[in-house]
Amino acid sequence: MLRRTVEELSTGSDSDYSNSWISWFLSSKGNEYFCEVEEDYILDRFNLTGLNTEVANYSQALDLITDNLDDEIQDELRGSLDVQARLLYGLIHARWIVTARGLAKMLEKYKKADFGRCPRVLCQSQPLLPVGLTDIPYEKSVKLYCARCEDIYSPKSSRHGSIDGAYFGTSFPHLLFLVYPHLIPPKSGPPDVSAASGSTSTSGGREEGGKRVAGRRAREEVDVGVAEGVGEGASTAAAAMKADRYRPKIFGFHVHEIAKLQRWQEAVRDKQVVKLEEIDV
Amino acid sequence: MPSSSASSTPTSTLTWISWFCSLPGHEYFCEVQEDFIEDDFNLTGLNSLVPFWKEAMEMVLDVEPDEDSSKIPDVSIVEASAELLYGLVHQRYIITRQGLQAMADKYEGGIFGSCPRVYCQGCYVVPCGRSDLPGLDTVKLYCPNCHDIYVPPSSRFQALPGAFFGTTFAHLFFQSYRELAPAPFYKPPTATSPGRSPHSNGSESVSSHDEPFVNPNPYGGQKRAAGKVYVPRIYGFRVSERAKSGPRMFWLRLRPENHEELDMVDWRGRWIDEVDDDDDFDEDDDEDDRPMEDFDPVSK
Repeated sequence: MLRRTVEELSTGSDSDYSNSWISWFLSSKGNEYFCEVEEDYILDRFNLTGLNTEVANYSQALDLITDNLDDEIQDELRGSLDVQARLLYGLIHARWIVTARGLAKMLEKYKKADFGRCPRVLCQSQPLLPVGLTDIPYEKSVKLYCARCEDIYSPKSSRHGSIDGAYFGTSFPHLLFLVYPHLIPPKSGPPDVSAASGSTSTSGGREEGGKRVAGRRAREEVDVGVAEGVGEGASTAAAAMKADRYRPKIFGFHVHEIAKLQRWQEAVRDKQVVKLEEIDV
Repeated sequence: MPSSSASSTPTSTLTWISWFCSLPGHEYFCEVQEDFIEDDFNLTGLNSLVPFWKEAMEMVLDVEPDEDSSKIPDVSIVEASAELLYGLVHQRYIITRQGLQAMADKYEGGIFGSCPRVYCQGCYVVPCGRSDLPGLDTVKLYCPNCHDIYVPPSSRFQALPGAFFGTTFAHLFFQSYRELAPAPFYKPPTATSPGRSPHSNGSESVSSHDEPFVNPNPYGGQKRAAGKVYVPRIYGFRVSERAKSGPRMFWLRLRPENHEELDMVDWRGRWIDEVDDDDDFDEDDDEDDRPMEDFDPVSK
């Protein structure tokens, strides 16, 4: 508990060596997308099933992240072990963020827009969520998913552009909106700031209450925090009809081939809306 | 906004225009030729938009000011006017033949950056305004592949007025350089070929698309489009459209497989022939998800 309070105050990177590997990792530059994996989760070996085949020096890497590594080993392997520890933490992270408590933690970061905002002008700075294009490490870097235009973008900064997408996984953002359907952003209008401000106040209270208890309760509390937010309880079948789109024009006139494509796209959209309204989502 | 950049004055060897275009954050500007500015016809109507017109003209064209210019209270006011004047002339210049060519050179050098959308695969973008009048909106970047506009990634450009580029330039540019404009249809690579990105990125295009790309519409975009659309998946399964959080926006990026399909929708946006059934675009999704290219060719 003491460790955690210290970690929240610290902002530097090297000074955190004294705390724990995880807090050092989370506070180093470029790792802003990661959330803290609770120690209980890492210590439960069931959650790590199969990872020993993915990570070389698995047990030392695990010891390093949980701060149980002997000092004499540390000097010899240090360099390579650090890489393995990052990989291991990343792969655990991908599993953690699709658990109920992990989703809640990432939700806090989403509301603070820690993952950046959608570069598409008509998404009006909708906060993004990290997503991988594959669950296998070392294949594709992390991308950012916008729940408004339902598309993926590359991170602006190369610091984030080089993070492995497998550390977030392909499922995470979609599972988040499956679990929290009321957070699905509307397709037009500014992003909901009331939801964001509501959440900061509840999260503030939760930090003091102790993480262990809060973790279990996280889901209910989050629900309360955003209840006044989006509030789109009804069907999303026709949601796309409200989406804004950009229409290229030359001296005020539509551009023929693009306008034709856009009409076709909207006809595809209308077809889906009709279909969904028939089955009434 | 623009006045902040003009705090220092150009050195004597450099013209004001060259100096202005070389300032950090002004990389999107091309150099307007002085004879374009000197032709009054090209400036029609601008004098009502720019305060201190005469002084601003003198500054932009490096003309020694008259002695009565001492009545201007502060040179920074004239600098702001000169920038506004240059920006508005620039808006007009870049839709002329020479201006388009100057911008094409910058475009092919990647000066304007690439589309942040992953499946546009680094397609270069062009600056684009949302209004032709100054003071309404900042510059955006138009991607010819997804036909959408984006906020410039660097804050350097986020203060640049969009009117300095105008609403027309981006589209006239791709009308003029058809070989740079992606076509409105996209056929996913066939199952036998390895997953392939359909364009430019150097080494990628060699294996499957040896045959040159042809758009049956000779007036249409002549470049092969990057047509993949993102498909959300949970544990490898597509999120059902019946789910509340299911896909609603895939149409925004979707392209038909061939040119003829575009004609199946009339000018009012209705399907001409309703016989084809609903799952024709579901098949696209299957195809779209297969290709995987090199580790991260897109990110900047």
